[in-house]
Amino acid sequence: MTIGLTHYLVVAAVLFSIGVAGIILNRKNIIVILMSVELILLSVNINFVAFSQALGDLVGQVFALFVLTVAAAEAAIGLAILVAFYRNRGTIAVEDINSLKG
Amino acid sequence: MAAVFFYLFATIMIASACVVIFARNPVHSVLFLILAFCNGAGLFLLAGAEFLAMLLIVVYVGAVAVLFLFVVMMLDVDFAELKQGFAKYVPVGAAVGVVVLAELAMVTVGWQPSEASKSLLETPIAANVSNTAALGQVLYTKYVIFFQTSALVLLTAMIGAIVLTLHHKPNVKRQNIEEQNARNAKNVVELKKVPFRTGV
Repeated sequence: MTIGLTHYLVVAAVLFSIGVAGIILNRKNIIVILMSVELILLSVNINFVAFSQALGDLVGQVFALFVLTVAAAEAAIGLAILVAFYRNRGTIAVEDINSLKG
Repeated sequence: MAAVFFYLFATIMIASACVVIFARNPVHSVLFLILAFCNGAGLFLLAGAEFLAMLLIVVYVGAVAVLFLFVVMMLDVDFAELKQGFAKYVPVGAAVGVVVLAELAMVTVGWQPSEASKSLLETPIAANVSNTAALGQVLYTKYVIFFQTSALVLLTAMIGAIVLTLHHKPNVKRQNIEEQNARNAKNVVELKKVPFRTGV
């Protein structure tokens, strides 16, 4: 049995759903929410690479590279905000982050 | 053989992704996130994207996951308290996950690229070059603007992270090099005329 495009798409879809469910399940823990976002971006990258291989087009891999760049930048900024917030408020509970509500 | 490895990597990746969102201890979450990324790199290898697979190991496992680990271990947070409402969100989370999965399943099954789409390929994969060389050949020529823009994104992220987390403690003596260099004998040495035999 050969592994085709559909197999990769199914795996990526399952991973994406796990990531989305993880964001809702861990409503209070922002670190796990950030990890779920990383899982979602990984599943998107799997889709890009699978389509790149199936269509014989390199542009999918180039775009996956850029997604990887943005994901790394996002993780760095997110964790920096988290550290700064923890230093100011002494907590990282998402429910307490409401000072911007006005 | 490739099918065996595909199912191995896919199963471990999805199982460890489940552990990431269900684990009680965030340190375990991070470690299983690393496992998920390693298996994702294996899937990339099977799909023929060797450079991206190595990049995933280097960037995610080497940098992003270690960053997560640092933050989880450095912040003194009561994680049991953060886990409290978990059971309350399980129905909603599972429902949203199933709905998203069902929607994705509808578009996932039955993808078949048509023959006519072959002519629309932007950059066909060259047959006789390695994956890394092929990526390099288009990345530095055709997509150089995007490449530079992603470098700018990284620079912005780096400066932003430094600005957000750097903080100066008050009451700490620091070396001020400009001030040191600006000192000269005329400004800082005061000559006094001391009368003879009287003392200062």
